[in-house]
Amino acid sequence: MNGPPAAPAALPPRGAPLVARQSRFHGGRLQRLRIPLAIVAAAAALAFVPALGLPAFYDSLLYLILHWIVLATSWNILSGYTGYFSFGHGAFFGAGIYTSATLMSRWDWPFLWTLPVAAAVACVLGVVVGAIVFRVKGIRGEVFALLTLAVTFVLGTVIVNTPIDGGNGVSLAAVPIPKLAPTPSGTFYLLALAAATLTLLLAWGIAASKLGAGLFAIHDDEDAAEVIGVPTYRYKLIALAISCALAGAAGGIHALFLNYVTVGEVFTIAVPLTVVLMSVLGGTRHWAGPAVGAVAIPLLLYSFTAANYAVAGKAMIGVILIAAILFMPDGILPRLQRLWQRRLADAPAAALPRAALPAAPAQAAAERGGVLLKARGLAKSFRGVRALAGADVEVRRGEILGLLGPNGSGKSTFINVVSGHYLPSGGSVVFEGQELAGRAAHRIARAGISRTYQIPRPFAQQTVLDNVALAAMFGGGIATPAAARREAMAWLAFAGLQDKALQRPDALNLHQRKFLELARALASRPRLVLLDEVLCGLTPSEIDDAVALVRRIRDQGSTVVFVEHVMRAVMALTDRVVVFDHGELLAVGPAAEVMQRPEVMRAYLGQAVDAEAGRA
Amino acid sequence: MSGFTMPSATLLAQSVLSGVFVGALYGLLGLGLSLSWGLLRLINLAHFAFAFLAAYLCYQMAQAGVDPLLSLGLIVPLFFAIGAGLHWGMMKFQITPFNSLLITFGLTGIVEALIQTIWTADFRKLESSYGEERFKLAGLYVPLPELITLGLAVSLSFAVWAVLRFTDMGKALRASAEDSAVAAAFGINERRNALLLAGTCSALASIAGVCLALGFTLAPSQIYAWIGVVFAAVMLGGLGRALAPLVAGIVIGVSEAVTMAVTAPSWAPLVSFTLLIAILLFRPGRAA
Repeated sequence: MNGPPAAPAALPPRGAPLVARQSRFHGGRLQRLRIPLAIVAAAAALAFVPALGLPAFYDSLLYLILHWIVLATSWNILSGYTGYFSFGHGAFFGAGIYTSATLMSRWDWPFLWTLPVAAAVACVLGVVVGAIVFRVKGIRGEVFALLTLAVTFVLGTVIVNTPIDGGNGVSLAAVPIPKLAPTPSGTFYLLALAAATLTLLLAWGIAASKLGAGLFAIHDDEDAAEVIGVPTYRYKLIALAISCALAGAAGGIHALFLNYVTVGEVFTIAVPLTVVLMSVLGGTRHWAGPAVGAVAIPLLLYSFTAANYAVAGKAMIGVILIAAILFMPDGILPRLQRLWQRRLADAPAAALPRAALPAAPAQAAAERGGVLLKARGLAKSFRGVRALAGADVEVRRGEILGLLGPNGSGKSTFINVVSGHYLPSGGSVVFEGQELAGRAAHRIARAGISRTYQIPRPFAQQTVLDNVALAAMFGGGIATPAAARREAMAWLAFAGLQDKALQRPDALNLHQRKFLELARALASRPRLVLLDEVLCGLTPSEIDDAVALVRRIRDQGSTVVFVEHVMRAVMALTDRVVVFDHGELLAVGPAAEVMQRPEVMRAYLGQAVDAEAGRA
Repeated sequence: MSGFTMPSATLLAQSVLSGVFVGALYGLLGLGLSLSWGLLRLINLAHFAFAFLAAYLCYQMAQAGVDPLLSLGLIVPLFFAIGAGLHWGMMKFQITPFNSLLITFGLTGIVEALIQTIWTADFRKLESSYGEERFKLAGLYVPLPELITLGLAVSLSFAVWAVLRFTDMGKALRASAEDSAVAAAFGINERRNALLLAGTCSALASIAGVCLALGFTLAPSQIYAWIGVVFAAVMLGGLGRALAPLVAGIVIGVSEAVTMAVTAPSWAPLVSFTLLIAILLFRPGRAA
């Protein structure tokens, strides 16, 4: 992972709390590796099952369960974690099946050698589809689901009409099955066991890592995730690539298990619907959720088919799916977890990480005054409406700069363009010598600029602490979630929210949410903070708190640009103000002086005042 | 790859005509789907299951000697009630659009199992006086069941279009879809309207089901065969619109039929899904 961006000398060095951090890390290493060790141990124990000499039927049932664990868990890595439900998992699975089948039947490749190729082909297919689909703005969950479903049928149609299949299917009866176990069914079981182990380790590793944190942030609010520094496009592609490769490998194994593959049976709606069902049932936000579903559904179906009630089984799955969504919308696993946590709720304080460092001391005065950011001719048009018509704005290091102007004058657009939320139509933004105009929002965040939203946009499904930790991790370049949480605690304390650390954002009032927004913006240790109407909607006493907090933000070393309508706060806080009108710069200077200028009064109050001022 | 063969003019015209007919059924199936997705934010996969259930009921009544078109008199009110009841449950549990997709998928499985229990998994074909009727028009065969489907699809689409556009009810529905809270503040009884609309969508599904029974062989597994193409028609046309699914359905039906005539029948699915992918990639806002 990237190191932290080079901080100006005035900021406290990150190294300070490192000693404490490392000692905690060593103490917790075994604790942290508990889960992967458990997965490997369980796999090692299960590897002895073929040696028991059970009837082949049981090996096959266990194979199918493991097979579905791979498919459902791999699906979940993209779709569960990010919320982009793919209905195209059958396409990637099918690509693996046909790759493996073709290599074996046509070119006599040994079975095991085809598996990596099957994974690679599915992975490339997924990345190509994703690279196109994720580039289109405005693709929402439902549209993505149908698009990926369409890919399944297009791929199936192409395969059935080309010599790959030729319409007759591919027979693999002549392909030898490697002898990994005493029986062929035992061999398939062991292969699926290996694939399931690998898949579960990956799913856990991703969920526990920075990648997983970014994917969950995309799930909750993709725009806000990008703005705090998550490379959303790349992360979605990485998740899709891993997901497809695993599905392809599962397909490769399944090709020989089926022995005879046809397009009609491979490229169906059944695979995506089954994996969605399993994952939703088990819980999509947990790495092990899909596995829980993948164990439950085949066992359930088996108990019905064994008693010759196959039709009832189909109906039963429908009933279970409906009941699960109505009564356990988060899935079985999170529900069990919550019951468990309620029992442990007596000692919640123990779970809080220790803060990384006390809030930073004041910035050295020598640093102040130089140009930090320079916007030249910055423009933004929306279908002909010029929201920003070539603004030149200079922000000096260490100042508090107020952006003023009537509604629709371009203040918020300026913040949205500088932070990368909108692409500028023209002009340049130079920040610490780097050109930022046209860069993706996450790269601007990493360069050292952060922002708040006028209406707070917290990640609704994550704790207050994790909301701030995400910003520390992505904008601030901290590599591990644990270290980011310690950093986040410091900023929660700075904003006075330390007591709310383990609550969800919906438990906060507006005032606290605005402060959470501030803590999140600060956690990446930005050199420049853009505040969009932080005071809007607060009561007078809350405004006093917020004004004091903004002053402390500057004092700890960040430069502040803020859009505000509350003039009392503007007068109290700003070193200089910039007044916008109709997307252009109207005036620059100290607030008290600028607000007296006739053109500013005209912009705010209209023509009549101008006449009066002229007479005076 | 089977070679391209240029069919004769008559064959091509016959293909286009059969494409229009099957496209009308796509449009009729898509009408209720598009309305419930666009105006109720409910992605109703069970729409297809309802259509098939209606088709089987129609088949059963025809066995007892009831004219298929007369059976609509019983089937339409029945499915109106089913659709309104389903939506009542959805509102009670405050289901999100995505969860509605999963719930109605579960429901589809239940209905499929029900059909399979009552009518078995075998193919069934409705035998009626309409089935044999066909006449020749300008050298082309026109089967009567398909003509009935086309007539119903066109008249129902225009009726729904007129209701949405010209009546207070239609305006209220569109207002609720855009911003339900504001619409409610202006005195629109959203619950009643939503139930009425949900019932209407299911009633439309049942009419499509009767058309299905008239022209096609029925099997429980066939429920899934229609989903992809009809969704393509709905998304191609845009959500919550009355005439668009019909137009898009006919475009897809004709392209499929011509593809089949020029290449091989197995290439047909490529048409609708390529169209769907293209429309989603180049005009994603259309489906939003």
